[in-house]
Amino acid sequence: MIIQAIAFYLFAFVAVAAGVLVISARNPVHSVLFLILAFFSSAALFVLMGAEFLAMILVVVYVGAVAVLFLFVVMMLDVNFVQLREGFLQYLPVGGLIGLVLLVELLVVVGAWVFAPEAAASGAAPTPAPDAVSNTHALGALLYTRYVYLFQAAGMVLLVAMIGAIVLTHRRRAGVRKQKIAEQVGRRPEDTVEVRKVPTGQGI
Amino acid sequence: MLEIGLSHYLTLAAVLFTLGFFGIFLNRKNVIIILMSIELMLLAVNINLVAFSVELGDLVGQVFAMFVLTVAAAEAAIGLAILVVYFRNRGTIEVEDINLMKG
Repeated sequence: MIIQAIAFYLFAFVAVAAGVLVISARNPVHSVLFLILAFFSSAALFVLMGAEFLAMILVVVYVGAVAVLFLFVVMMLDVNFVQLREGFLQYLPVGGLIGLVLLVELLVVVGAWVFAPEAAASGAAPTPAPDAVSNTHALGALLYTRYVYLFQAAGMVLLVAMIGAIVLTHRRRAGVRKQKIAEQVGRRPEDTVEVRKVPTGQGI
Repeated sequence: MLEIGLSHYLTLAAVLFTLGFFGIFLNRKNVIIILMSIELMLLAVNINLVAFSVELGDLVGQVFAMFVLTVAAAEAAIGLAILVVYFRNRGTIEVEDINLMKG
C-alpha cells in the first residue's frame, strides 16, 4: 500500500511539474519534451490503476506519434520564438484568475460528490477479475463485439484525418520532374521511333 | 492520505486540466503551445475516464478513453497540417495575425 502511495505521488508530481514546464518553457522544443515526460508519467499512473492497455497505447500513440509530430513541426518551422513570447505575461493575471476559479470549482466537485448506491451495479460492462482475464483481453473482447461500429468509426476518423493532412500540406512545386506512369505506358513505338534512310557517306 | 483512491486521481486530473487551460491563456501568440495545452487537457480527461472506469469496475470508460485518444491524434495531425500551410503562406504563426476573415 505504501509503495502504491509513493509511486502515485512520484508520478503525479512529475506529471504536474512537466505540465507546468510545458506551458512555461522558453524553447518550444523543450515544451514538447516535457509533454512527452507528462505522457510517460500518466502512462505510469494508468499502469498503477490497472489499465495497462491504455498505458501502452498512450506511450505508442502519444509519445511515438503525436509528440514526435509536434517535434517535427516545431523544428521544421523557421519561427522566431522569442518574438512570439512578447506579451507573455500580458494575459497572466486574467488567465491566472480564471484558471484558479476553474481549479477551485473542479476541486470542490471532486471533494463533495458521492456515488449513487446503485451506480456500481448498473455498469454497462463489468470488468472481469484481473487474475482471470488481462486488461487487454477484456478490452479487446468488448471493443470487437459491442463497440465494433464505434471502432470502425474511429478508424474512419483517422483515415479522414490522414487524407486531410495530406491534402492540406501537399503542394505542387514547379520544376520537379516526376514519373508519369500513364504517359510511359501510353507511349507507342510509332510516336517515338523514326526510321530514316541514311545515304552512304553523307550522314544526316 | 496513503490510501490512493479515486479522489487522488481526480485531483491530479483537475490540476492537469487547469494547467492546460492556463497554458492557452499564457501563450496567446504561439499556436504550437496552444495545441500542446489542448493535448494536456485531453490527457487530464483521459485520466478522469480511466479513474472512474477502474473505480466503478466498468470497462466502458476505458473504451471511451481510447476513442478520445483517437480523436486527439486526428486533431493534432489536422491542426499541425493547418499550421504548416498557414506558415507557408504567411511566414508566421502568430495567432493574433489570423484575423483576415474579420469583417
